[in-house]
Amino acid sequence: MLEVKDLHVSYGGIRALRGVNLEVPDSKIVTLIGANGAGKSTLLRTISGLVKAESGSVTYNGKELIGMPINKILEQGIAMVPEGRRVFTNLTVQENLKIGAYLRKDKAGIQKDIEWVYELFPRLQERSWQMAGTLSGGEQQMLAVGRALMSRPKLMMMDEPSLGLAPLVVKGIFEIIREINRQGVTVLLIEQNANMALKTADLAYVLETGEITLHGTGAELLSNEAVKRAYLGE
Amino acid sequence: MAKTILPYVISGISVGGQYALIAIGYTMVYGILRLINFAHGDVFMVAGLLMVYLAASLPLYVSIPLVILLTVLLGFTIERVAYRPLRTAPRMSVMISAIGVSYLLQNLALYITGGLNKNYPQIPWISDRVTVLGMETSRVTIITPFLTIVLVVLLVLLINHTKIGMAMRAVSLNFETSQLMGIRINNVISATFIIGTFLAAVGSMLFFTNYPGVVPTSGAMPGLKAFVAAVFGGIGSIPGAVIGAFIIGIAESLIKGLDTILIVHGTIAEQIGFATFSDAFTFILLIIVLVFKPTGLFGEKTTDKV
Ligand SMILES: Nc1ncnc2c1ncn2[C@@H]1O[C@H](COP(=O)(O)OP(=O)(O)O)[C@@H](O)[C@H]1O
Ligand SMILES: [Mg+2]
Repeated sequence: MLEVKDLHVSYGGIRALRGVNLEVPDSKIVTLIGANGAGKSTLLRTISGLVKAESGSVTYNGKELIGMPINKILEQGIAMVPEGRRVFTNLTVQENLKIGAYLRKDKAGIQKDIEWVYELFPRLQERSWQMAGTLSGGEQQMLAVGRALMSRPKLMMMDEPSLGLAPLVVKGIFEIIREINRQGVTVLLIEQNANMALKTADLAYVLETGEITLHGTGAELLSNEAVKRAYLGE
Repeated sequence: MAKTILPYVISGISVGGQYALIAIGYTMVYGILRLINFAHGDVFMVAGLLMVYLAASLPLYVSIPLVILLTVLLGFTIERVAYRPLRTAPRMSVMISAIGVSYLLQNLALYITGGLNKNYPQIPWISDRVTVLGMETSRVTIITPFLTIVLVVLLVLLINHTKIGMAMRAVSLNFETSQLMGIRINNVISATFIIGTFLAAVGSMLFFTNYPGVVPTSGAMPGLKAFVAAVFGGIGSIPGAVIGAFIIGIAESLIKGLDTILIVHGTIAEQIGFATFSDAFTFILLIIVLVFKPTGLFGEKTTDKV
């Protein structure tokens, strides 16, 4: 279980997170929704170690992650699919997957997991020798997810995977999220597409200007009047 | 005609190979840090001086590897001390730090040598005179391009087919995402400096063997030429830097010999003094490239750097 307690993060004078509390129980899909600039990316980036926290704690299975180097956090089994996909456009599709397994030493296992990712995303297999920069947006998102899976994470954090993708592609991405979760991976999903995210998630949080204002099950928030007004456009 | 030109082409290829070995250091560091490492030419000069001092008291089979080792250590240390603490500082600060290191090395060299020309040791076999295709030259002239090509091929294999090479390509595109893969970017940056200074150390042995000696400013000209080669080839690109270096080496050498070539050809009757312009040529080339094709021959079109 991932536990975030009273987390404060600032960029210079800008207070991006103001005492965030959040729990991600094992094998669940948890979503965090919120408007642009609410601090969603900041939360994920703090958990993965890219951003330093001001105060508070982030523990994973009881271990404090704050202050841990990024590669050690990854070794705990927490992988991240960053906002905007960020595939390595100058590497081939296959190399992108291999680099996702950068910390692993088991060659045979890595090869098997590449096959596994190709099974999840047959389109990537067809393009295995292409430069990642030549892929479409949807394919790049698949690659970013596949790359994160290559570290064999127990918890996968995704920052707006549906951003800028066609509705049909978004549907596919959400199906994959469910499939990955069925295979035993806990998912922490950030979304602006609140409708899809709440339908997919077991638990959900709403973040507003650096503070959690609501939380509950996905279904509860889906029927919450305030959520409907602010995030579902009803 | 061909017989007159050939020696200049051969010596140009050789000089080009030496520039290439320096230019790779510029282009690799730029590729990863977007930093023009102004100290690189001076590290090259220090390698020359180290050889002068070490070869004076140690046999060559010890001093040659020792020079390479110490030069690599110097490159590694410069990055650790002068560039790493500025990793999140504006790029201009790192650039100024690089200029500072450059002056520091030159002044240290001035202090140690007293500004005197230090004779470079004769390295047997490679300093020997040989006759190739009817022209007499030192063996190093012939060896340089081949050694350069071998080292470049090994480097390209390293970058394209090893794990550290893949990490280098990833880091050159994006620091943050590379970190998310578990790559420790500082190690990758250190590896880049180690490779760059290793090649410069090898280059210094080939270069100074053909010159009378080393002075504290000996790194400036070859450093600048190699830098122009890297820009000409498209800074960040290794094949670009190598091809740029060979083109500059050959062109420079041909300009040096232009008087003689034209006299033999019968175009002119006496020396005009083209040789004076051989250095100017390089810098005119730099200006032309920067004006008409700033990305160089093989330069990257986009920079996706956070
Ligand atoms: N690197 C940064 N430097 C300064 N301010 C930042 C930086 N990143 C984000 N912010 C600010 O922090 C706040 C939260 O941003 P972010 O976490 O990206 O929000 P979200 O992902 O919910 O859109 C915003 O006000 C944003 O402008
Ligand atoms: Mg965001």
